[in-house]
Amino acid sequence: MFDTVLWISVTFLSLAMIGLIYRVIKGPTVADRVVALDAIGISLVSVVALVSILLDTNAFLDIILLIGILAFIGTVAFSKFLEKGVIMEYDRNGDR
Amino acid sequence: MTDLEIAKFFAGIFILLGAFLSLVTAFGLIRLPDVYTRNHAASKSATLGVMFVLLGTFIYFYFVENHFNSRLLLGIAFILLTSPVAGHLIGRAAYNSGVKPTDLTVQDDLATAKKTLAAMDQQK
Repeated sequence: MFDTVLWISVTFLSLAMIGLIYRVIKGPTVADRVVALDAIGISLVSVVALVSILLDTNAFLDIILLIGILAFIGTVAFSKFLEKGVIMEYDRNGDR
Repeated sequence: MTDLEIAKFFAGIFILLGAFLSLVTAFGLIRLPDVYTRNHAASKSATLGVMFVLLGTFIYFYFVENHFNSRLLLGIAFILLTSPVAGHLIGRAAYNSGVKPTDLTVQDDLATAKKTLAAMDQQK
């Protein structure tokens, strides 16, 4: 019974990721694609959690935190690039 | 029902609810008309969905495997903190890079605020 619930959830998440990939491909603006990629990263976290239950191991649970951090950093970098054109600003002199 | 079955029941409920919320996110991203509404769908329901799935996983590992995994709790806290911030940043970047909201929008307070600021700058 519990296994059935897990497989149904994996199916839901796979369908969700297919829909998000559709938005990444079609999305009219860059911001749409970034939003969809962030949501894909977040969905990947739950897929890893479900796979670690299905495989009955706790070795993959570090990956959850890792994917969360990487998705956040990637989105922040993309939005800074969209807004300012640079990701790291060069202001060593600090005269701005 | 034994304790094990009750734990599995609650873990299954949480995981199924989280997966359903992720599906709702995908439908929101497909069907909503512009970036801001899609961002609204993505940053809220995806966050809640993944938090539910991680909570179900934590319950499973704690009660069934007798393994207290603090990284799952840390992941829940981290996603709760960072995912709305990422949504805010990308929404602001979209507005400042000139993405227009949908035609159904009736109120744009940020545009009027920017206009009055520009007018005040001109008066100086």
